[in-house]
Amino acid sequence: MSSGASVSSSLLKRVKKDRSGYLFILPHFIFFAVFFLIPVVWGIYYSFFNYTLFEFDFWGLKGYLKLLKDRYFWIALRNTFYYTAGIVPLWLIKALIISVLLFPFSTRLQTIFKSMFYLPHVSSLVIISLIWLWIYEPQYGLLNAMMKLMHLPTQIWLGNRFLAMPSIIFMQFVMGGGSTIVLVSAALAGIPPSFVEVARIEGANPVQIFFKILLPSIKPIILYLVVMGTINSFQVFTQVYVLTRGGPEFATTTMVYQIYYRAFENFDLGASLAQSVLMMLILVVFAVIQFKWLGGEVEY
Amino acid sequence: MAAYIRIFKRKIMLWQVGVILFLTVLAVVSLLPLYWMIVTAFSKPELVLEFPPKIVPMPPTIENFIEIMKLKNLLRWLFNTAVISVSVTAGGVFLASMAGYSLAKKRFPGNRVILWIYIGSMMIPMQVTLVPLYILVQKLKMVDTYWALILPFLGTPWAVFMVKQFMASLPSELIESARIDGCSEWGIYARIIFPLAIQGLTVLIVITFVTQWNSFLWVLIATNSVEMRNIQAGLSYFQELYPMRYSDIMAASTLAAIPMIIVFFSFQKYFLKGITVGALKG
Repeated sequence: MSSGASVSSSLLKRVKKDRSGYLFILPHFIFFAVFFLIPVVWGIYYSFFNYTLFEFDFWGLKGYLKLLKDRYFWIALRNTFYYTAGIVPLWLIKALIISVLLFPFSTRLQTIFKSMFYLPHVSSLVIISLIWLWIYEPQYGLLNAMMKLMHLPTQIWLGNRFLAMPSIIFMQFVMGGGSTIVLVSAALAGIPPSFVEVARIEGANPVQIFFKILLPSIKPIILYLVVMGTINSFQVFTQVYVLTRGGPEFATTTMVYQIYYRAFENFDLGASLAQSVLMMLILVVFAVIQFKWLGGEVEY
Repeated sequence: MAAYIRIFKRKIMLWQVGVILFLTVLAVVSLLPLYWMIVTAFSKPELVLEFPPKIVPMPPTIENFIEIMKLKNLLRWLFNTAVISVSVTAGGVFLASMAGYSLAKKRFPGNRVILWIYIGSMMIPMQVTLVPLYILVQKLKMVDTYWALILPFLGTPWAVFMVKQFMASLPSELIESARIDGCSEWGIYARIIFPLAIQGLTVLIVITFVTQWNSFLWVLIATNSVEMRNIQAGLSYFQELYPMRYSDIMAASTLAAIPMIIVFFSFQKYFLKGITVGALKG
């Protein structure tokens, strides 16, 4: 009893003595708690409700079961995987090719190229999507004009349900991936030059050097990019909103677009929240993989 | 022998030139859409619909820019965007710098727990909290106000994490000696830590500013009226309203993109650094 009291009183003393530590965190933590922690907890709680404009009653897991039976939920999940499985490897391959080719050159030249590849990133996804809406425009767009000049059949790129998603992925592939390039280059720069020197002296050709020396050395960053790329790609929204609105025939409806649509077009907040929670669970699994397996190996 | 080396060298040179050429082509291709935006923005509207497309706007015209200036809300959207970006950057970086400093340099009961709450929260993406955040903002009667567009971004966890990582590298002896000299805790932060850290904080400042300038989904949700939108949500609204006025849309997009391109070239090295430092954010 007395020892418990003295422990708590000494803790109190420490808290009092170190109060500046708390005071420095407090302002930020208030905003963080109000606008992040509370919404997360609320969101999970409300996801067990039938929550629409007119109804608000508890129905436990029923909302989740309804969601899992909803064919459009699975379509959105499939489309999100489709997008992710498309763009993540493409960006990685693009980054590997560009970084490895840049590797032997001076830092100055590398920086110039990295900047050029990164430049599209500072334009918003809305702007980039609007540009591509114009490029993909069926009648007057640049892409169909190029098709005509090459005597190829023109396409309704975003209006065809087999072409819409590849078109979105293609746009991202052409303009994106800049940060992937910067990270892979940084990882390559971290390889001790002696590794490559020794291999060269022993007569390894460039292809062998790539597969036997460079690639294994940057494996941690590649795994990191796969996980982070997956987490980021899972949240694709803006491109879908601007280019296709989830169409045609739900071919580009992704998870976040559907979450948005359910809540703010259909006003079914309960279903939207349940889907948010499911997506959060999926992403937390990816994030845990990231922290558990790769956390220690990657320099943040 | 010398001749052999010379040939060998020339071979390497040719190979290098080839690689540079290839990389240049790739870079040009990825920048081509931005070029196409500018070309369309400076072309007469009727030329835009001609076949084959004109790769150079001849004669260039600022007609489209004059046209979009007549739009009632365009300048308002740019103004809103500037207000939001500046407020979030100033407020968010300041608050995060204090919190990050405390977590990096101060020992107190529970500091590990707080750090882990922040790190754990980084796993949860903003998109997932959209709906509950909207409900909260609605209850606080902040829908369609600047508050709704600014306050939720003053407490982002990754900013704290980034500051903490950076502050940990500052020498602790400096703080100790200032404390011995009788400097107050606030004085240590304001007069010693903050001036020292501002260089490192530049990375966070530019990332926050660009992220806010380009933010879209939350603005779309948290505003009802057309005039409260930022430039991104405004552009999307403009496109919905006049889907075929591509020369005007591209002119407006150019206006929205130019400030960020200028920021990028002014702070280039911080951007490239920011990707590796803030790799966690992606």
